[in-house]
Amino acid sequence: MRIYLDHNATTPLRPEVIEAMCAALRDVPGNPSSVHAEGAAARAAVETARERVAAAIGAAPETIVFTSGATESNNAAIHSALAAARPKERRTIVTTATEHPSVSEPLASLETRGWRVVRLGVDRDGLIDPDAFAAALGSDTALAAILWANNETGVVQPVRRLVELAHEHGVPVHVDATQCIGKLPVDAATLGADTLAASSHKQNGPKGVGLLYLRPGATFEPLLRGGGQERRRRGGTESVAGIVGLGVACELVRREGPARAARMAALRDRLWNGIREKIQGARRNGSATAVLANTLSVGLPGAPGDVLLAALDLDGVAVSAGAACHSGSVAPSRTLLAMGLTADEARCSLRMSVGHGVDEAQIDRVLAILPDLVARVRESAA
Amino acid sequence: MSARVVVAMSGGVDSSVAAALMVAQGHDAIGITMHLAGDASRCCSLDDAEDARRVARTLGMPFYVAPYQDRFRSEVMEPFADAYLSGRTPIPCVACNRRFKFHYLLERARALGAERIATGHYARIDTDPETGAWRLRAAVDTVKDQSYFLFDLDQQQLARTALPLGALRKDEVRMRARALGLATAEKPESQEICFVPGGDYARVVEQIRPDAATAGEIVDEDGRVLGRHAGIHHFTVGQRRGLRLAAGERLYVTRIEPEAGRVVVGPEAALLVRTARLENVSWIAGETPEEPIRACVRVRYRHEGAEATIEPDGKDGARLRFSEPVRAIAPGQAAVFYDEDVVLGGGWICREPA
Repeated sequence: MRIYLDHNATTPLRPEVIEAMCAALRDVPGNPSSVHAEGAAARAAVETARERVAAAIGAAPETIVFTSGATESNNAAIHSALAAARPKERRTIVTTATEHPSVSEPLASLETRGWRVVRLGVDRDGLIDPDAFAAALGSDTALAAILWANNETGVVQPVRRLVELAHEHGVPVHVDATQCIGKLPVDAATLGADTLAASSHKQNGPKGVGLLYLRPGATFEPLLRGGGQERRRRGGTESVAGIVGLGVACELVRREGPARAARMAALRDRLWNGIREKIQGARRNGSATAVLANTLSVGLPGAPGDVLLAALDLDGVAVSAGAACHSGSVAPSRTLLAMGLTADEARCSLRMSVGHGVDEAQIDRVLAILPDLVARVRESAA
Repeated sequence: MSARVVVAMSGGVDSSVAAALMVAQGHDAIGITMHLAGDASRCCSLDDAEDARRVARTLGMPFYVAPYQDRFRSEVMEPFADAYLSGRTPIPCVACNRRFKFHYLLERARALGAERIATGHYARIDTDPETGAWRLRAAVDTVKDQSYFLFDLDQQQLARTALPLGALRKDEVRMRARALGLATAEKPESQEICFVPGGDYARVVEQIRPDAATAGEIVDEDGRVLGRHAGIHHFTVGQRRGLRLAAGERLYVTRIEPEAGRVVVGPEAALLVRTARLENVSWIAGETPEEPIRACVRVRYRHEGAEATIEPDGKDGARLRFSEPVRAIAPGQAAVFYDEDVVLGGGWICREPA
């Protein structure tokens, strides 16, 4: 039996999600834009999902735009914010040094086209300094883009405070909440962000679907233009079954409430306590308090993460090391480097993230094999 | 459970078949592509890693990419450029084999619980029936034989290595790849150095060490200036092309003088030498012979070999005395000693003291 501890990469679908999607694929063949009964049924399925998603993140249904995933949502939010900005006056974007590539890469591209990008550093805990954030905001700032919870370390930024600060300066804020739904309370209305991106497959929904929340009343400049779908905010025929799956996944998040994250935290803490006890030199990367309930980034000096990943994989345990790149090769994590870890410390780090399907027996099994694997990897390089 | 083995998979047909053979022999085989040079290089680039991944999938093997770009640059590419800039003609493949496949990959294999690695080199490993020591032997396919590049492996490395292609001919390897439906079956052959696409050494040297090249003189044996050159890294001993001299007779590079930045040229006869000095000599058996021994010595990869006496000199030096004069011996190349098809050892050709 495989043990899957890589829920920040993606998660298995819940059976309820699979069932709803299969039913949609089988029974809802229409195009939501069509006027006839088949179309109306498809539209109803999409709108039911929208209500469920909205309810899970404390938003009104009409604020939710379905996309192809968080990457599209992030790109679309940045695109729209800058289209609304007056480039002569506001041409600076304030962000952090530990963004996900789906934010940092579009911003780097904009930088080559004349926009100015300010990347705020993080401390050893992975947190940005709100005072430094406030100081970076000015009358020339067009957008602030912040990753709420880091995918590699799970470190959670004080976004509520950061949104307040930005709004005091009249700066709109985009929040990337891809890792958050189901792991911490997400309430879009009280958060006050202008846009918020999230995915489906990080909380047991299908891949290829995501959402973009738009603050009520805000203008929006679409990235994808086409047939006027999603209230003219995202062209393209909706992925009906995918959206239905996302809806059910969010409904489960809402129904389970804080119990879901509490269960994750118990498993994660069991894992960390065992590692700390059994493996000499193990240390935790990033804040132990401002962190997602399910994430453990751990430094194991002398044991390169990519080697340990393969050793664990061969023994049936799936984890992550650094940020996986397209080739399957692993580069030292930019996030860990930004936190002040040395290249060697960053390389000798593992990310383990728990979620649905993981139980205590699996954690204990990992704790039974990991110390020997770490010892073997350490010896081999000695 | 069968023994775990790591197969070094470059994404070429040879290592693909090596992997297939290890699987067929019942090993618990794991494929690893070492990501060495940057993406521009032909070998071990990301496309090649994808090919290796497809083959591993066909064979049902676990597969990983191991990142070594930084170390490859500092331990292979930069020494390669520095060698050219100091008037030598390097063979980076030997250092790559020793450092990467037979050191880092062996380390990684051990970390993954595998005591052995397998590669797609054409050479054979066996044990001496008398002493029981590990031996390195030329491949059955003498055209493809790559034992030259493996001469400095030691007993421990040989003990932990399998070379499943050593007994096969290249056409048999391709046939097996086709029969197994491996994605790499029709991939073209390459004899190039992986990070020197198109064989343009000088350009690669200039990319690795920008601004290091200095122009200088081309002189004859008597020191007469015949022309100018754009940097000694453009030249290797025995070379005729690219000299651009207006002399009547055919002239060849006979010597490179890095201190003076001079390239010395002469007629073909001046390329013939009877002796050569070696450094960093190693012996596969692990012990340096006490007496001079006779062997067949190959002074470059495609060299058919020349009879010579090897006189050990000091801790790890040696002097070669050839029975017949040998043409164009280039400092930086390896001299590899053979007794029939058995590799005895080898060393690095260095400049004769002035």
